[in-house]
Amino acid sequence: MTHNPWIWVSAILTLGIFSFLYKENPFYRVCEHLFIGISNGYSITFVWHRVLMPTLINPVAHGEKLWLILIAIIGAFYFMYFIPQISWLVRIPIAIVLGYGAGASIPRGIDAAIVQQLRATIITRSTFLSVYNGIWSIVILFGVIATISYFFFSRERKGILKPLSYTGIVFIMIGFGASFGYTVMARVSLLIGRLTFLLRDWLGIIH
Amino acid sequence: MTMIEKLKDFKIKRLLFNFLIFNLLILTSIYAIEPPANVVAKDNPNDGGGSILIQWRISPSDSILDGYRILRQQQGSTEISEVGFIGRGRISFTDEGTTDKMKYTYQVVAVKDTSEVASAWSNPATSKPQWFDTNRISVVVFTILFTFLIIYFIERAKKGTNLFVRKIPGLAAVDEAVGRATEMGKPILYVPGLTGISDVATIAAMNILGEVAKKIAQYDSRLIVPNTDPIVFTVAREVVKEAYIQAGRPDAFKPDSVYFVTDSQFAYAAAVDGIMTREQPATNFFMGYFYAEALILAETGASTGAVQIAGTDAVTQLPFFITSCDYTLLGEELYAASAYLSREPLLLGGLIGQDWGKAVIVVILVVLTVIGLLTNLQVLKLF
Repeated sequence: MTHNPWIWVSAILTLGIFSFLYKENPFYRVCEHLFIGISNGYSITFVWHRVLMPTLINPVAHGEKLWLILIAIIGAFYFMYFIPQISWLVRIPIAIVLGYGAGASIPRGIDAAIVQQLRATIITRSTFLSVYNGIWSIVILFGVIATISYFFFSRERKGILKPLSYTGIVFIMIGFGASFGYTVMARVSLLIGRLTFLLRDWLGIIH
Repeated sequence: MTMIEKLKDFKIKRLLFNFLIFNLLILTSIYAIEPPANVVAKDNPNDGGGSILIQWRISPSDSILDGYRILRQQQGSTEISEVGFIGRGRISFTDEGTTDKMKYTYQVVAVKDTSEVASAWSNPATSKPQWFDTNRISVVVFTILFTFLIIYFIERAKKGTNLFVRKIPGLAAVDEAVGRATEMGKPILYVPGLTGISDVATIAAMNILGEVAKKIAQYDSRLIVPNTDPIVFTVAREVVKEAYIQAGRPDAFKPDSVYFVTDSQFAYAAAVDGIMTREQPATNFFMGYFYAEALILAETGASTGAVQIAGTDAVTQLPFFITSCDYTLLGEELYAASAYLSREPLLLGGLIGQDWGKAVIVVILVVLTVIGLLTNLQVLKLF
């Protein structure tokens, strides 16, 4: 068993969080609030030293990029929420961020989710240079069409849409099944990491 | 030693000498390396400036080389600097450390062990930014097409055309879930995902929050919205406030019902788990983008007996929501939700426009596949 006090603190807090598996209890509550408080403290420090200082305060203090002051003022409008008389000013930075976000993500989304997907799905003669590759490409093409048909909202699932959308959900569920197994494996490895910490670093039972 | 023996000895020595020279010549010819040729430098196309593309004809000795060193000289300076090293078989390199409008020349050095042979210096080249990325013309075409379709159907909706939207089970259950919470006298928990406000899933989550909050205001239930992003928190509070005003219950809006917790992923998960077990909400909504905390949240919610409605476009987390929630909105169903719930002509028009966009995609897939299989046309180059 270790004599390092920090490993003891870490192990006790780990057990505190794990105690939730039994039920919510005061020990868990202490760990939960400690976790939230520390993470917020860390975030504030991080933002101050790694974001505000190098990207805003330092350049402006040296007389560079003075236009950043305007951006900082707009950003500070978020705090106007605390002054009810002028709380409407909050909507200005929100509108800017939302507008920028939508504008930046739409072309990116069209490129990644449509153009690149089309490129990867269309079958050409060269796809059949390998028979194996060709067969799987046909399956993928059919799967993509069936899956898209599942997401038609403006038509009842009748006629050709009915079998197509049902086939689509089968493809979707096969994909989710594979993803489920893969992610569970990753989670188990996280648990193993934490148990290794408890059994090796803290208790010294395993080496 | 007789004369004959001397002659024999001389012949043997000459033979040995010739053999050595011959071997030396062979070895030299094997290990001699030749430089790459035709080194051309030009502005790297379709970028924001700051990079130059260097191309060359491969060295005849390429197969035995270690690689190529790329040397750069700024015009007007005597200093030569190495800007990169790449393996054999390569015929181009992008120098991404240039200053726009400065002239640079390049030399490509073939390297084999300690031997090096340099090419001639390239032409001078300067880097500059381009206004348009010609590789992404297809993105522009699709953006214009989708925008046109959406605007067209919005206009049709505005003119009063009846637009049909099929039933989405997860959303049809919202009324029932809110009603259940009211009857039980328990709150409703709404988790708006873990990404920022610029994420499409978060924007969709905010739209759904508005509709859900309206129903909660009408039913006079209690809403809890813990947030992990400070900006999303501000937006969520505004959305809920607006919803209560629209429902005619501005007095019922409690600002403290929407609050910021922490931006740390698992601290947030721990906090929401605590809220679920302490407050025992009757209904949990998980809408937006989620990461590894998805299963932790959904499992805890399920253990409290709450009705759970989830919606996300995070493909890796959807399986967890499907297994542990009562209703799950898959991917695009999340985006369709606000139109479905509000039945506003504007949003419905957008939804129908997207459906037509999907139909266009299917048509393109089928037509280009047929063309790609029947002809030798390079259809993939269209993208």
